[in-house]
Amino acid sequence: MTEEIAIQTNELTKKFGDLVAVDKVSFDVKKGEIFGFLGPNGAGKTTTIRMLCTLTRPTDGTATVADLDIKKDDHEVRGHIGLVSEKLIMYDRLTAYENLKLFAKLYNLSKDQMEKKIDELLKLVHMEKWKDKQIGTYSTGMKQRINVIRALLNEPEILFLDEPTLGLDPQSTAEIREFIRKLNTELNTTIILTTHMMVEADMLCDRLGIIDRGKIVALDTPENLKKMISGNDNLVTEMNIPNLTNTMVETLQACECVKTISRLDNTKIKVQANGDDAFDIILDTVRAGGGKITSVKNLEPTLEDVFLHITGREVRDQANVKQRAENRGPDGHSMGGGGNRRVR
Amino acid sequence: MKAKQLLSHSAWICWKDLLEFARSKMALVMLLLMPLFMMIMVGFIFPDSAAMMEDVPIALVDLDSGPMGENFTMQLEGLNEQTGMMVLSGATDIEDIRTQIYAGDIDGGIVIPANFTQNIMAGQQGTIIIMTDQSNPQLSMQTQQALSYVIDEMGTYAAIGMLSASDSNTTLATVQPYTVEIEDLVEGDPSYFQFVAPGIMAMVVMMSLMTGLPHAISYEKDTGTLDGMLVAPIHRLAIILGKVLAQTTRGMIQGILILLLAMLLFGVVIYGNILIVLLIMLLTVLSFVGLGILVTSFTDKEETASMIMMTMMFPMMFLGGVFFPIEQMPGFMQTISSVLPLTYATSAMRKVMILGAGMGDITTEILFMVIFGLVFLLISVPMFKRAMNK
Repeated sequence: MTEEIAIQTNELTKKFGDLVAVDKVSFDVKKGEIFGFLGPNGAGKTTTIRMLCTLTRPTDGTATVADLDIKKDDHEVRGHIGLVSEKLIMYDRLTAYENLKLFAKLYNLSKDQMEKKIDELLKLVHMEKWKDKQIGTYSTGMKQRINVIRALLNEPEILFLDEPTLGLDPQSTAEIREFIRKLNTELNTTIILTTHMMVEADMLCDRLGIIDRGKIVALDTPENLKKMISGNDNLVTEMNIPNLTNTMVETLQACECVKTISRLDNTKIKVQANGDDAFDIILDTVRAGGGKITSVKNLEPTLEDVFLHITGREVRDQANVKQRAENRGPDGHSMGGGGNRRVR
Repeated sequence: MKAKQLLSHSAWICWKDLLEFARSKMALVMLLLMPLFMMIMVGFIFPDSAAMMEDVPIALVDLDSGPMGENFTMQLEGLNEQTGMMVLSGATDIEDIRTQIYAGDIDGGIVIPANFTQNIMAGQQGTIIIMTDQSNPQLSMQTQQALSYVIDEMGTYAAIGMLSASDSNTTLATVQPYTVEIEDLVEGDPSYFQFVAPGIMAMVVMMSLMTGLPHAISYEKDTGTLDGMLVAPIHRLAIILGKVLAQTTRGMIQGILILLLAMLLFGVVIYGNILIVLLIMLLTVLSFVGLGILVTSFTDKEETASMIMMTMMFPMMFLGGVFFPIEQMPGFMQTISSVLPLTYATSAMRKVMILGAGMGDITTEILFMVIFGLVFLLISVPMFKRAMNK
């Protein structure tokens, strides 16, 4: 007996002119799991989600969502899914109730069903008191709560969340994350979410696909991904060297055991290396170059390190470059403001 | 069942659009102000006839030393006192009139040449020279016409005076053997408002679809809300149909507002059946809906939508015969005019409103609008579906 599959993609590809936004992506999402796409802005997360939600037609490849073909049965697919997109899907001049009513009507809910469902959902996010206020008067966190429950009106089996906590304050972020988890455990909703926040991916997701330049470069549970770079012969260390010079960084980079190196500030570097004697080699190299090491801290690997390890680039750098390219490019879906947020 | 759902979904989308619209104070104010400004502007910018001319500054120069020139001057002044058409001033010669026109002090001049009396005495015609400010063609033409008319009239009386020896009843017939009597199709004197109001009504309906529709869709595309509808299991047509319904409602309200303003404030009279007027407005919607959807499918950003609309609307506004009669345009423009639905909408509206025509009199116009509308719907609907599934 195979595990039940919610989503299956086979070499899914999307091109915008010459730009390959999503490049032959194949993966499965199991029913009832929280599946995350992690990657910098412009990596292809949003485009992948839009294809699965039938908002964008794939250039090539196939995918099934709830056992329905996204190309042939697009209309049917829509009945099984909910989408919380990066941009709010709400009308500012309408009240929360009116917004929900409109979408309830588009999902063919009867009057009784609708009233019941709206009440229930509003209660779920503690927004009953606000239901007759226009959305325009809400705070960002409140808007996002309504935005999320809007996607739940049709009780979707599969819920897509595109950067659901982007731009929210810490409290709202925590609430939304809690809510997502609750949906997953209580209603057994399969959840696909995209994020560029490592912590979020780590906290929420059962499995993660790391996506970079349109390709899935790694796919596993967060634990397994981190294991990739931890263990005996793997080392992530942070050093404080008050008299740090560029030459030192360059010599370190030249060492065979050093995988990646990043400068955190004027005096701090973070080194990822492998090999049994990597630590000795690094210390020797720094000292040989006249460096004075005041402190050394060995770190637990984070998903950030995983990303760095796999792609050789930092999420932040990547995001900046991509964002600039994206502002010119045809794919304007993920022009969020949080792209260059530093995540550790 | 499917059709019922489609209609229900479009009705709810229309409800949403109208609710949003009704809650935007700015949009409501504009809904009222736009027709008002439109009427006031076009009504006052274009003066409607020579009879309206009043207090136009004109310089008069008598270069003739004989009695005929003096006589003419006296007659002209006497006539002007009655009509108040001109404010007469003096000038030394033709050059002086030219200078005064350049300076903007006067709009024209009347010159009695030096040999005026001599020519008349010799049994020849006496020539009067009229000069006008040609930098303002409309006013220049009117001044020319008015002055020619005045001088013509004065000539007639002079002729009657010369022939006064014979029977006074027959003298007029001798000098002016032909006279014209105008038989009006409807009572009263149609003003420019009367001419322009039907056209503006058709135009406002056109605008609501041509600018309102692409704007409504591209705005939702830009803000991301369109995805919410697209991801719902509704027919793609429900979206556009809902928007069309909302825009049509808005356009019709505005059209009716114009009609009311025209009737209450500007004294426009409808001679035809008001139901036919409303029907023509709806047909105008039908004729433009396809074109509006077509443009919507081609534009992905609000900005481009507005640009395309502006480029398309201006020629339509001017070639559709809303402000100027099509017959006054050069041939090739008339050809373009003849394929624009606005031309037919305006024409039908005018026939019904000003001339009191019935349905039978506007079959050509109705036929053209229906065919144009259906052809563009057939082209645009598949285009729209494709655009939504990019």
